[in-house]
Amino acid sequence: MSTPAAAADRPGKIHARPVRHPWRWVAIAVILVVVAMMVSSVVTNPNWNWSFAFEIMQQRPVIDGLWKGTIFGTIGAMVLGIVLGIALAVMRLSTNPVLRGVAFVYTWFFRAMPRYVLLAILGGAIAVLYNPIDIGIPFGQQLSKALGLGNDLTFFSFSWNDISSSIWIGILGLGLSEAAYMAEIARAGIMSVDRGQTEAAHALGMPPGKTMRRIVLPQAMRVIVPPTGNETIAMVKDTSLFIAASIITELYFQAYGFGSRSFQIVPGFMAATLWYLIVCSILMVGQYYLERYYGRGFGAPSKATRRKLDTITAGH
Amino acid sequence: MSTDTRTGSSTDTGKSTGDPLVHAVNVTKAFHGNEVLKGIDMDVHPGEVVCLLGPSGSGKTTFLRCINQLESIDGGRIWVDGDLMGYEDRSGTLHRLTDKRIAAQRREIGMVFQRFNLFPHLTALENIMEAPIQVKGEKKKAVRERALALLDQVGLKDKPSAYPAQLSGGQQQRIAIARALAMQPKLMLFDEPTSALDPELVGEVLRVMRQLAQDGMTMIVVTHEMGFARDVADRVVFMDGGVVVEQGPPSEVISNPQHERTRSFLRRMRQEEEAHEKALEEAAHLAGLGDEGPA
Repeated sequence: MSTPAAAADRPGKIHARPVRHPWRWVAIAVILVVVAMMVSSVVTNPNWNWSFAFEIMQQRPVIDGLWKGTIFGTIGAMVLGIVLGIALAVMRLSTNPVLRGVAFVYTWFFRAMPRYVLLAILGGAIAVLYNPIDIGIPFGQQLSKALGLGNDLTFFSFSWNDISSSIWIGILGLGLSEAAYMAEIARAGIMSVDRGQTEAAHALGMPPGKTMRRIVLPQAMRVIVPPTGNETIAMVKDTSLFIAASIITELYFQAYGFGSRSFQIVPGFMAATLWYLIVCSILMVGQYYLERYYGRGFGAPSKATRRKLDTITAGH
Repeated sequence: MSTDTRTGSSTDTGKSTGDPLVHAVNVTKAFHGNEVLKGIDMDVHPGEVVCLLGPSGSGKTTFLRCINQLESIDGGRIWVDGDLMGYEDRSGTLHRLTDKRIAAQRREIGMVFQRFNLFPHLTALENIMEAPIQVKGEKKKAVRERALALLDQVGLKDKPSAYPAQLSGGQQQRIAIARALAMQPKLMLFDEPTSALDPELVGEVLRVMRQLAQDGMTMIVVTHEMGFARDVADRVVFMDGGVVVEQGPPSEVISNPQHERTRSFLRRMRQEEEAHEKALEEAAHLAGLGDEGPA
């Protein structure tokens, strides 16, 4: 074996015929026909009315609905959902049975509540039940009556009607609901971090809160970020439920309104569809970079990190 | 470092003439009713290097973890540098300390784990700098200088920006030692620091530990490395079944054990070591063959 034989009587490079895949070609043909039919319909059927759809997309109220309703509502609800969700996850994993119980009941309730119903309740029922809302000492009014005080111990009050159809109600409703899902995601993330990490931090004298913030959560993020990206994209679409709380500054309601007012309902739908596709596509790109950031230390570091570290350690 | 208090100074009663850095008396610990420590007494004096030997399940790792309160104890007392660990004695009644105050007690005690437990999202340098900045509130600049000096000390001054995943096991463990030293501890605990390492990487970690011992660090080392215990330890403590069976200078305990349990354990260790050396030789032989192959 160790003496090289003449090249002629030894097998050389392989030039084999690849396996044929006839069914792939059949599938391609079928798909091409279907796509051609769809494209032809989209182009030739005048009821699509694309030019009007593009026009609707650029209308002031639609753009307002996109920014102030859909995008602002998504950001607000996700911020509320993530902050509250991580707090709930930490509570759920705490040794304190009261905190654990509260977190469990919260998650149970808000996962069972449909978002549409939740928004409708916040937009309608609260105004009937608690109006105006008084902020003061708990049971202050009853106390002051019992003690015969002149002051009813209320610091200030506001009417629910003032905020009931504002974006804040939408953010509150979707954010509370989101927190229940984020709590589960964050809990899975925290539990995915090796127990040795907590022990190492404790052994260095780090108190539990700091251990969670500095050591566990940054590592949990690697597991938390991808599903959170999905949640954000789902949230963009769920802002179309705002109408349940009579919030009309919102992309879908505005686009649909333009369509129905001009008896051109399809371009209205298409205007909303195109905007949703654009926003969600941008979010998917953002998610890619976030995942890469929180994945540091688990693959090769990015060029930017290397540069940063090189400047830190330069001069030594 | 005072060497006069070292060998043979400690007795099993826990009472000692000098001021011990670690003073453990009648420590007991059970997991789910299974008693792992059955009354351990141990004194460790400043500058002393103590190796805990014994078969797995003998309680040596648990005892080590009790010293810095990673495990709470069921009975007895442990003092480190005069502080009662985990509790406060208020006129005869013990009160459990809050997590914050236990964390403060641990600052004086460095620990090195079997599985390194480096923070994977931080670079080597950041791993070392994290605790002094976050726990002691030290200035970043001063900590960085100390951290770079520590990297040099453990022979990794060219790796400040490497993430743990990019380092070998031996390198990771050396970073872990540097990370513990960055808190400038009075006591270092080592929990089988080389048993998760490939055989050819054990030496580099032991070298760093040897140097540390020579520099006068007080160390308690749970290990199966007989050579290290023989050469570096001032005292070896042989544990089995949750009790201290025998202790003394390595020359006495390892070379001339008094108890049958110690003798059989040491015999087993020697056999393993021999088998291990044989395996290494074979590996070297095979590697040698591999080198010659293509030539």
